[in-house]
Parts: sequence; C-alpha cells; structure tokens
Amino acid sequence: MQPVATTFFFYLLSGAAILGGVLVITRKNPVHSALALIMTLLAQAGLYLMLYAPFVAGVQIILYAGGIMVLFLFVIMLVNIEKVQKQEQFNKQWLVGIVAAAALGVLFVLVYMKGESLFPKHVVRLAEESNTQEIAVLLYGQYMFAFEIASLLLLVAIIGAVVMAKKRI
Amino acid sequence: MLDYIQGYLSSNVTPGQAGNVFWATVYILIVFGAISVAVMAMNWLERKALAHFQIRLGPMRVGPHGLLQPIADAIKLLTKEDIIPSGADKFVFWIAPLIILCAAFTVYIVVPFGPTHAITDLNIGILFMLGVASLSVLGVVMAGWASNSHYPLIGALRSSAQMVSYEVAMGMAVVSAILMTSLHGLGMYGVAANSTGTGTLSMIDIVKAQQEQHVWFFFKFFPLGLVAFGIFAIAMVAETNRAPFDLPEAESELTAGFHTEYSGLRWSLFMLGEYAAMIAVSSIAVTLWLGGWMRPFPHTLGGETWDLVFSLFPGLTFIGLAAIAFIGVVRMPKHPYFKIQTAGLAGFGVALGLIGLILFVPPVRDRIQDIYWFAAKVAVFMYLYIWYRATWPRYRFDQLMKVGWKVLLPIAIGVLILTAIMGVLL
Amino acid sequence: MAPITTLHYLVAAAALFVLGVIGVLTRRNVVIILMSIELILNAVNLNLVAFSRLYGLHGQIFSIFVITDAAAEAAVGLGILIAFFRNKETVNVDEVDLLKW
Repeated sequence: MQPVATTFFFYLLSGAAILGGVLVITRKNPVHSALALIMTLLAQAGLYLMLYAPFVAGVQIILYAGGIMVLFLFVIMLVNIEKVQKQEQFNKQWLVGIVAAAALGVLFVLVYMKGESLFPKHVVRLAEESNTQEIAVLLYGQYMFAFEIASLLLLVAIIGAVVMAKKRI
Repeated sequence: MLDYIQGYLSSNVTPGQAGNVFWATVYILIVFGAISVAVMAMNWLERKALAHFQIRLGPMRVGPHGLLQPIADAIKLLTKEDIIPSGADKFVFWIAPLIILCAAFTVYIVVPFGPTHAITDLNIGILFMLGVASLSVLGVVMAGWASNSHYPLIGALRSSAQMVSYEVAMGMAVVSAILMTSLHGLGMYGVAANSTGTGTLSMIDIVKAQQEQHVWFFFKFFPLGLVAFGIFAIAMVAETNRAPFDLPEAESELTAGFHTEYSGLRWSLFMLGEYAAMIAVSSIAVTLWLGGWMRPFPHTLGGETWDLVFSLFPGLTFIGLAAIAFIGVVRMPKHPYFKIQTAGLAGFGVALGLIGLILFVPPVRDRIQDIYWFAAKVAVFMYLYIWYRATWPRYRFDQLMKVGWKVLLPIAIGVLILTAIMGVLL
Repeated sequence: MAPITTLHYLVAAAALFVLGVIGVLTRRNVVIILMSIELILNAVNLNLVAFSRLYGLHGQIFSIFVITDAAAEAAVGLGILIAFFRNKETVNVDEVDLLKW
C-alpha cells in the first residue's frame, strides 16, 4: 500500500515530536514533561510507520509509551513534586549547555548535508507485509547472541532496580 | 452510486488495505456508532442482569422494563454540572478521560468483524491492539494524579500496578496463540499437517490460520490452548479493572478510585472508555482463541444444508428477542397507567421482529453472518463480565499481585514453552 | 513540495537529539534528565530506522536493542532515584555532592 500525503504527515508528526521535546525540557512540573514525552514517543511511532517499520512502531508504543512512561509517572508520584516546582529549574551552566548543544546540532546538520552524496541513491524495497517475519529471522538468526545478551542485560537491570529501590532486602 | 456500493461489497479486502479513504471513513463511523450503542445496551443489560442476580427488578420506570434508562442516564450526565476540583491540574484533568476514550476506540481499527469487515488489516495487528489498549493506563494514572486528592491517587497507583502486571501474563498467553498460527504438530489432535503457513500477527490472518487448520486455537494442543485462553480471560478482567479485580474502583475502600473527582460528561467518558475496552479485549480473545468470525463447527457440520441452517441464526435471534418482548407485553399489568409502556414494548418487539425478517433476506443474510457470529461470541464474554461481578468477592491487593506474578505468569510461560515443544515435536 | 527524503528524517532526529542534550546539560531535576536521555535514545532510534530504509533491516534490529537498553536504563535510573530521594529528600542533581567530601 502506498502511503498517502507523506509530506503532510512527516511535518505533522516530526513537528509534534519536536514540540514534545521542547516541552519536556522546559516544563516545571515533571508530570507535564512526562506527558510531552509521551506525545513525542507516539509521534515517533507514526514516523516509524512511515519508514516501513511497523514492528518497531508497535514495540515503541507497547514498551515506551505503555511501559517505560508508566514507570516514570509512577516514580514522579512517589517523589514530592510540590517542592520541586518552586525551586530553580535550571543549573548554573545553562547558557554554556545550550550553546554547546546547538553547536552540536549545527555540526550534525552540516555533516548530513555534506554526506548526503554518500548515501545510496535508491531506497531498499522493504517488505511491508512480512516485516515482522523478516525481523524475527534476523533477530533469532544472525543476532541471536546479541539477543541473549540483551535478555541478560534486562535480568541484571531488574535485579539492580530491586536492590536500589527496596529498603530492606 | 449503487454500482459503486455494489463494486465495493463484492471486493475481498478491507478498505484500509484497498487504500479507499471513503469506505474507511464510513467503516470508522459505523464501528464508532455501533460500539457506542453496544455500550448503552450493555449498561442497561448489566443493571438488569445484576438486579435479577440479586432478586431485584432493576430499572423499571423509564420505558418498558427500563429500556430507555441508558438514554435518560445520558441526558442526566450531559446536563450535570461539570466540576473541576480547585487544586486540580486543569489540563491533565481535562485530557485524561480523552486519552482513555481514544485508547479504547483506536483499538477497533484492526478488530476483524469478518474477512473484509475490518477497518484495516495491519501487519502487526495484535501487537497494535495490545499496545494501544495498554495506553489507557496512562489516562488512569493522569486522572488519579490530576484530581489532587488521596483516593484517586491511591486508586490510580493500584490500577497502574495492576494493569502493568497483568499485561505481562496477557502478552505471554497471546504469544502462545500466535505460535499456534505457524505450528501445527504432525497431525495429532486432528490438526491438518499440511498447512505450512508462517506465523502471523495480523488479526485477519490469525482467524484465517484457524480456518485453514480446521481448529479453534481454544481446542488446539488440547489442554494448552485452553490454559492460555484461561490466563487471557483472567488477565483481561484485571486489565479492564472489572470485578473481581476492581480494586482501583473498590467502592468500599476508595469511594470510586481514580475517577472519584469526576462528574457529568467526563465521568461518562470514563464509563464509555471502560466498556469499549471490555468489548475490545473480548474481541481479542474471540479472535485469537474462538475462531473470530467463523461459525461453530464449520468443518464437522459443513455442506450446503448446514450453511443454510447456520445462516438462519441471526434472523432467528432477533425473532426470539421479539418473542420475549411480546411475552413481556402479554404479562404487562392491565391498568390504564401502563398503556404507553405496553404500547412501547409492543413497538419495540415489532421493530426487533422486522430486523429479524430483514436478516432472513438472502443477500443480507450472507453478508451479516460473520458479524453476527463475532458479535455473539463477544456478547458471551460481556455476559460473563456481569456474571463475575455478581458472583465473586473482590481480591485483596497483595493477593491480586501474587496471582498475577506468581501464578499466571509462570503458567503462561510454561504454556508457551510447551506449545513450542508440542508444535515442533508432536 | 519537495518529497521527503532520508535527510528530512535525519534533521528531525538531530533536532530531538539536541533537545535531549540541552535537557541533560541544563536541568536540575533527575527525573527530567532521565527523560532527556530517553529523548536522546529516541533520536538515535529514528536515525537507525531512517537508515534502515537505505541499507536494509539491520537498523530496525538495532533500534529494538536500543529500546531494550532504554528500558533497562530507565528501571535502574529510577531505582537509583528512589534510593537517593529516600536518603536526601531531594531530586536535584547538583545537590548530589557526597563524593566531593
């Protein structure tokens, strides 16, 4: 199926993502930041769909928006935000930070502009209908070892989180 | 115009796959309307059935046997004052019910009411459904937090913990059903051994896999499909915060849980979202394990005659409902006060009967079949929800967590492993 | 209008990345710093998926691994945050100065 109105949806979704990003780093209230981040994540899921990556989009929604963000909201509710809101939000090096980050961004864009001629001229024809199957074949074939390590990483993370957060073990 | 409709009706893909924006919009509107009506009907049915479980009458005054009660409720809720607590975070308070509603209704994009009766067929259908359905937990957390009140906050924390925990077991059960789409064993359990399809996540293809393998996944690898279905059936009740897992809304402990501070229209949005989510998870269960739109016994009772017999069911159902309405008319007290009520019930019966007669017309009959069987299976689940609520006492929260993590999850993983072994070895 | 090319996606990802870096460098609240890290990881993901359009599916696989990493990082980071909040009653990073003594 051919995507419709690609240009419109690209600008809509990437605009929503960037607006969400701006809100994340500027809001005083962490809950509002978390909501803005959810908007960014969902917009990105839409962008993945436009890039013929439906499986990654699904994982993005189910894991990021559904799992990780709930964790964030949970923690925000556990820590006292009344007090946090009245404090100074930015640290003393904020000006340097913004300048450095903006310089980094300019560098990126310049590199992309210069390097665009190195990109392949034609896009790979990604199978939209069997995307999940092909990812599964790669993930459980070529990337099997990395996959196992990822599962180990998750196990370590679970134990680490419990050790950190629990009062008495 | 008529040719256009005719041309569409004879096509064999969903409007989303065909890229037909017009028909997709029509489908979306139809599904939205149908779900809203179903929620209203469910509301009435729940009150009546609960009442009869407890030997009460339930709503009787508004319309015959309280049939107009949902409409009266809707008018009441729409005209009620909409209160926002003074300390509430207004924006979050405002957007939370909308998130729940959107999450509950977006899911229906991929629900297959029939081979072509779906808005679209996504390659990642079931993953999309689980993901979007899980977004409703965000709405719950936001509603509880934004209310700036203790009961809603505790209710929201409970609810999010519960939904996140049961999602894991639910996902494992779903994965074992997805495994069954590609694994077929070597002919044991009467499964067609020659179907060598690859696995699929698409909702329509999952039902088609059941069609090709001549078995509902409920019965496949005999106890395994059943156990996976049972885990899903338990987890889905917990996911939708219904009794006996309705701790987030436990009225004896938390007044009304996360929506304590809500009133009027916003509260009704919560209710609409909750019931829509119930129908959505039930339709996942029906699609994955109970053969989706397939009629019962499509292979053992195959052939022209049985097809004809089973295609009469939709009409017969409505005729039966009409008959029940007419029995109600006969039993109505013969008092002048009840004149309008009796006439109304008779009119309702006539309307149901007419719908039933229309459903006997052959072209309609053939097209409505899939939707009817799907809706009938979902309706069974809806009734079960009411039945659970009337029968079982509420769990304690630590028990609930224990059941989720220490019972359902290990069983689900065990079933998953056994399904894989069965599929490859037996 | 010009058709959307890979470059467009890369620029959008770069913008998200820069926003994440700004958040990490300038905010005091640990929760928001963690969220900014999520933003950075997401920008990387968008890059990977955009490049997978040019070079085949491997980028998508990598983005799945990145999401796994993000989940682990969020769990441990928030665990540390809770432990920290329990001891110091604050969530500001510049008040974490125990090691300076």
